[in-house]
Amino acid sequence: MRLLRFLLLVLVARPLAVLMTGADVSGRERLPLKGPAIIAANHASHVDTLLMLSIFPSRAVSKLRPAAAADYFLRDPVIGWFSRHVIGIVPVARSKAGRRAAQGLGQGEGEDVLAPARAALAAGEIVLVFPEGTRGDGASDAMGQLKGGVARLAEAFPEAPVIPVWIQGAGRVLPKGASVPVPLNCAVLVGEPVAWTGKRTAFMDALREAMLALKAQAPPLRWSDEADDKEI
Amino acid sequence: MDLIGDLTGHAVRFLAAQPRPLLAGLAGVVILLGVASAIAAVLPRLKPGQSYEELRLRIVSWWGMVALLAGALLLGWQATTAVFAFISFLALREFLSLAVRRREDRPAILAAYLCLLAAYGFIFADRYMFYLVFIPVWVFLGLPALMALIGQTKGYLASAATFHWGLVTCVYNLGFVAFLMRVPETEHLPAGAAGLVFFLLLATEFNDVAQYVWGKLFGRRKILPSVSPNKTWEGFLGGWITTAALIWFVGPVFTPLTGHGLLVVALVLPAAGFAGDVTMSAIKRDIGVKDTSHAIPGHGGVLDRADSLTFTAPLYFHLMALFALDRF
Repeated sequence: MRLLRFLLLVLVARPLAVLMTGADVSGRERLPLKGPAIIAANHASHVDTLLMLSIFPSRAVSKLRPAAAADYFLRDPVIGWFSRHVIGIVPVARSKAGRRAAQGLGQGEGEDVLAPARAALAAGEIVLVFPEGTRGDGASDAMGQLKGGVARLAEAFPEAPVIPVWIQGAGRVLPKGASVPVPLNCAVLVGEPVAWTGKRTAFMDALREAMLALKAQAPPLRWSDEADDKEI
Repeated sequence: MDLIGDLTGHAVRFLAAQPRPLLAGLAGVVILLGVASAIAAVLPRLKPGQSYEELRLRIVSWWGMVALLAGALLLGWQATTAVFAFISFLALREFLSLAVRRREDRPAILAAYLCLLAAYGFIFADRYMFYLVFIPVWVFLGLPALMALIGQTKGYLASAATFHWGLVTCVYNLGFVAFLMRVPETEHLPAGAAGLVFFLLLATEFNDVAQYVWGKLFGRRKILPSVSPNKTWEGFLGGWITTAALIWFVGPVFTPLTGHGLLVVALVLPAAGFAGDVTMSAIKRDIGVKDTSHAIPGHGGVLDRADSLTFTAPLYFHLMALFALDRF
């Protein structure tokens, strides 16, 4: 199974990502090659996951585990099998997390929705999280509110580097709701690790700032101008 | 051992079947690059303190590009057409990624890639007249019609024009390089059809490098500071004269050009290369980027490398057709 995943990622996912996006990576040397490590990226499209699975060197790709919503990716047996064994997701029970927040419960009460992600980190794997929680509004490319799960993971594994990543343009290749991908260049910018500071809010602020700093270095995405006009 | 012997035999026969001037030309390029690599390897010791990483990357990428193009030319028209279809795809993807602004145009972007496939299909099928009118007439009309059907009129004209500009430069103009490979054997070419393509690529890239080197060594007076601040009159004129001399003296080895035809190509091609370079610079400046991507380490994007070729290829093709070829 591991071999199948490795072959599919290297021989299918990687050429596909290069064809569809150009996979223009800067700061590739900052990608972690061994776990435990956490990668926090913005999320605009399923292409984000494809891209991240494609830019790692072959020797590290088997360690990469994208955290993904259980209600979406495990909704039926075929997609579930593919998500678990090919994409290699660590499931996050988004609905439970939402319900718990609504009831005003904090961490440690009820079921731990991050348990699979913790287990992956404990096993020395690299966990990819999209702290926005869901894909943003297609092409507009603004960063949404960051959810705190990544801070809880960083707190549990203070020795694991948290690497901020900005993915520019994936929302144009395959926006939310579209079914046909269109080849357009994407840039992936990998930043310096954000250190765990002992406080969740300070950590989240630092992470947010690091991601926005990467966004500022990305090539211009003139695509969003029309939407900006509407908002004014 | 037999297998190795067999392979060597095949390789020797394969190379022996190639036109001698083409092999000599490719060998010349390899020697030139070898010398450049040697200089780049020695420079850090002669003049330490500077970073030569960019130069090193640039030369490594040159080796890659030369290997790809030389391999395609030696393998024949099918491989060359396939390689240029891919180069056109990369260039068009870069251009559309930077230039298209309306999210409603996603279907038009997909249609543009299909137009690329159709245009190269005409080259594979050797349908010259179809190729000649397909993008400038039918795509010119059809794509804006499709975009009208999408229904977003805000920014419509600028977007339709953007698509057409991208398709003509990245697909139609670069496609002429591949179409040169379809000149038949019967035309008495000194180095085969591949020799024609080799010389176009050599002259265009030599012009780029010559302008750069003259500019670096003697550049004083800026030629177009608002578009391309690093370009100088000294680089432009020095490159023009050097490339014209190259075409005048070496052109007859690879092409059937003589006399007037050779003179016209020698005088016009370097200026076209410069025009292609500054035109793409104007577009990049308009959009606000320095490079069209980082696809070729040390060079920037495919369009950064192929910008002059998008101008020289159709010019060279049509001058060749006018002065020397019966096929076109």
